[in-house]
Amino acid sequence: MAFEGIGASVRRTEDQRFLSGRGNYTDDINRHGQLYAIIRRSDRPHARIVSIDTKAAAEMPGVVAVYTGTDLQADSVGGLPCGWLIKNKDGTPMAEPPHPVLAVGKVRHVGDPVAVVIAETRQQAKDAAEKLAIEWQDLPSISSTQDAIAPGAALVHDDVAGNVCYDWHLGDKEAVDAAFAKAARVVRLDLTNSRLIPNAMEPRAAIGDFDRATGEHTLFTTSQNPHVIRLLMGAFVLHIPESRLRVVAPDVGGGFGSKIYHYAEEAIVTWAAGKLARPVKWTAERTESFISDAHGRDHVTTAEMALDKDGNYLALRVQTLANMGAYLSTFATSIPTYLYATLLAGVYKTPAIYAEVKAVFTNTVPVDAYRGAGRPEAAYLLERLTDVIAHDTGLDRVALRRQNLIPANAFPYQTPVALQYDSGNYQATLEAALTAADWNGFPARRTAAAAKGKLRGIGISTYIEACGIAPSAVAGALGARAGLYEAANIRVHPTGSVSVFTGSHSHGQGHETTFAQLVADQLGIPFNQVEIVHGDTEKIPFGMGTYGSRSLAVGGSAMVKAMDKIIAKGKRIAAHLMEASVADIEFKNGSFSVAGTDKSKSFGEIALTAYVPHNYPIDELEPGLEENAFYDPKNFTFPAGCMVAEVEIDRDTGVPSVVSFVAVDDVGRLINPMIVEGQVHGGVAQGIGQALLESAAYDVSGQIVTGSFMDYTMPRSDDLPSFKTGNEVTLCTHNPLGVKGCGELGTIGSPPAIVNAVIDALSEYDVRHIDMPLSPQKIWSIIAAGPKRRAAE
Amino acid sequence: MPQVALTVNGKKVTVDVEGRTLLVELLREKLGLTGTHVGCDTSQCGACVVHLDGTSVKSCTMLALQAAGRSVITIEGLAKPDGTLHPMQEMFREHHALQCGFCTPGMVMSAIDLVQSHPEGLSEQQIRHGLEGNLCRCTGYHNIVKAIAAAWPLMHGKAMPAAAE
Ligand code: FES
Ligand code: FES
Repeated sequence: MAFEGIGASVRRTEDQRFLSGRGNYTDDINRHGQLYAIIRRSDRPHARIVSIDTKAAAEMPGVVAVYTGTDLQADSVGGLPCGWLIKNKDGTPMAEPPHPVLAVGKVRHVGDPVAVVIAETRQQAKDAAEKLAIEWQDLPSISSTQDAIAPGAALVHDDVAGNVCYDWHLGDKEAVDAAFAKAARVVRLDLTNSRLIPNAMEPRAAIGDFDRATGEHTLFTTSQNPHVIRLLMGAFVLHIPESRLRVVAPDVGGGFGSKIYHYAEEAIVTWAAGKLARPVKWTAERTESFISDAHGRDHVTTAEMALDKDGNYLALRVQTLANMGAYLSTFATSIPTYLYATLLAGVYKTPAIYAEVKAVFTNTVPVDAYRGAGRPEAAYLLERLTDVIAHDTGLDRVALRRQNLIPANAFPYQTPVALQYDSGNYQATLEAALTAADWNGFPARRTAAAAKGKLRGIGISTYIEACGIAPSAVAGALGARAGLYEAANIRVHPTGSVSVFTGSHSHGQGHETTFAQLVADQLGIPFNQVEIVHGDTEKIPFGMGTYGSRSLAVGGSAMVKAMDKIIAKGKRIAAHLMEASVADIEFKNGSFSVAGTDKSKSFGEIALTAYVPHNYPIDELEPGLEENAFYDPKNFTFPAGCMVAEVEIDRDTGVPSVVSFVAVDDVGRLINPMIVEGQVHGGVAQGIGQALLESAAYDVSGQIVTGSFMDYTMPRSDDLPSFKTGNEVTLCTHNPLGVKGCGELGTIGSPPAIVNAVIDALSEYDVRHIDMPLSPQKIWSIIAAGPKRRAAE
Repeated sequence: MPQVALTVNGKKVTVDVEGRTLLVELLREKLGLTGTHVGCDTSQCGACVVHLDGTSVKSCTMLALQAAGRSVITIEGLAKPDGTLHPMQEMFREHHALQCGFCTPGMVMSAIDLVQSHPEGLSEQQIRHGLEGNLCRCTGYHNIVKAIAAAWPLMHGKAMPAAAE
């Protein structure tokens, strides 16, 4: 049998069912007697609800119930909670306006849910929802981030002055001011980080069910973290004790962050199923996804770097305006603070950093974590700023990076923005990426492209990310309202096969394979004897789910801890069976042996003895072989790397195409290199999407103008090249596996590499910066304006 | 309610449908064939692709009634009765061309039609172009393109000729 342990590219267990059409996604589930819910949403950005007449809708054929916000309020349904409290500079708490499940009194964005119609069939519910008569009084609205803080701006929430959720800062302002005062040069860059729509291919869906016999509520939902949903919805919204609420997240068709949050529809179907004592199903249509899934990014930033005369970074000053949308989504507030400002050192040894972040409300869909969450914004800022410094000073962009990198011998490295990096080698990834991309051979490729009438450019970016937010106590001190550990339960069955119950959730990451490899490797048993169970609060221990590239670093570490307990107990059983002392028992390759002898017992024999304890140390040891563990990490993990992109631009149309892309990453130890590579591909594709194609746009009246796949440009196969990937490995020093995480790095490192490449391609036009997405129109207008544009200005 | 008679995965079925019922709704809701997915409402994602008389179609874009008398193959109907996967399914697995699996059924159905309709061979660019109607948010397409190129020789029973670019 081929090696299937740690480091092998084992083909995925889950593929068999996905490839044969036997996946089990939420919308594939149908409960007996199921009703269908259709949500009527606001088509206005900001309006008072004068009245809702439900009579005509309620009389439509098949309609079972129509509910509005007032009905939920009358039943004491609470609002959707925010999971992270940020404090203002002056120590006061952020503004936290109510987020009703169905709008009450006012709607605040296009897509805000107003009423739900429940009927025997989906079509009946749809037809009836159109009969709801809503009288509106339109209010002035705010559709852009900057407009939120303009003097006299309309208020999204009447009692949130100036639309400011919080005004927060991090770092040493005095040290930064002092460094700027003595700097040889200051380079400033204003940039935006564009607003994105995650668009997992599976639209969100939820089914509420209620068992009259037991009083138990069940929610099937497209979630990345079923226990988090159970906690938030049970405790804050519907007031159902955990013991009466089961949340199941079955196969989930991609998340990218957008399926972390507790959404209104989950509460609506769970509540309505209880009221009607019948299952209620809701499935988003894609158009609804665009106006109800949390969006990502949306920063407006000014960054300044103070430099000495040789181009060494002395201090970084950053001011960011972050759009929260109309309400606070579950983790929205933590993204532009603890997942962004803390990353502003990047891979550089900048000694002083000061960041101010103002979060604002607007009449737009709530914004929260989207793959990378805060870290792409930090990397984009640093890597664009570095290229702009090179542009303004004439220094070489690669040399500038090399000279400012944190040296490989400086770990653990304390940054000026709170984080301590445990390990890394940024020189190694940089040099490997330059070699793989044949950086030095670029001039010849540019000349060849020019001969074909194309503008060719090359761009580089370095990046770092912080994965597996931790430890719980530190996050708690910073405002997190949840723990950030992970749980695992390992159940060894009598004949030695193993079920692993994990709090992590797989929605494309291949956990059923990677985790099984890990467990098979450590217990020395065949891969196919390990089963991974996730996604059902009735089966798994209380876990925090999957986001922030935490599953292996945190969830995998919990498994290692549980396996250590299994092995320790197995040694005691083995010692008894072989009449040896426990200290003399060694466990290796699936067998327990007495050191220095040829006596040994297989893992299966020990398991059987644990469950058939005839010859067993019953006075000192309980029967059975099953262990639980919770792992609370000591620190974040810090994957890092370097990406190099090459683009060619068609002079006549301004269309850029990515002709080569190299990513060299350090994600620590690799368990399944094939899966890691796949994660890099997918992340890079999304990053290229942000750089060149994607952008969520609102018009001045507050209508979303990119509300379908016809208007929001998703990367398609012919927009992308094949990718070249590589790895350099430094081990994480504080988790038992040495792993760092790989889920988000693609979206973090790639946007600046692409933008830097396009700007390099346009070097004859002397472009300093262009905001994403770099559309053909933006590029074409630069080309059309002609060279020496800047001189003429 | 009107009735529609058609063949699905080799079996004859007769189903009551409304005039407005889409083919994908017939498959998912009336026949319980939930392998065919719905990823959009504007005919742009390809998650719903099935074969109609051997050619790929977006099943969200046609009425169930339009399939009367015709033969539909869905992802559930690709493997042999003994469970042996179609070479395209095998190559998707071998080359890690799927992650969350949501786009996969439509992707596989489109890919099979693409390979079948190009007996002269397929270049990487032709494969990428041929997949334009199918969105995948997970894989970045890299491994899907590889899987399709690897399935070509298996489906045509010979090495792929160097295709004209
Ligand atoms: S469901 Fe998207 S194209 Fe058919
Ligand atoms: S595998 Fe998830 S959308 Fe393609």
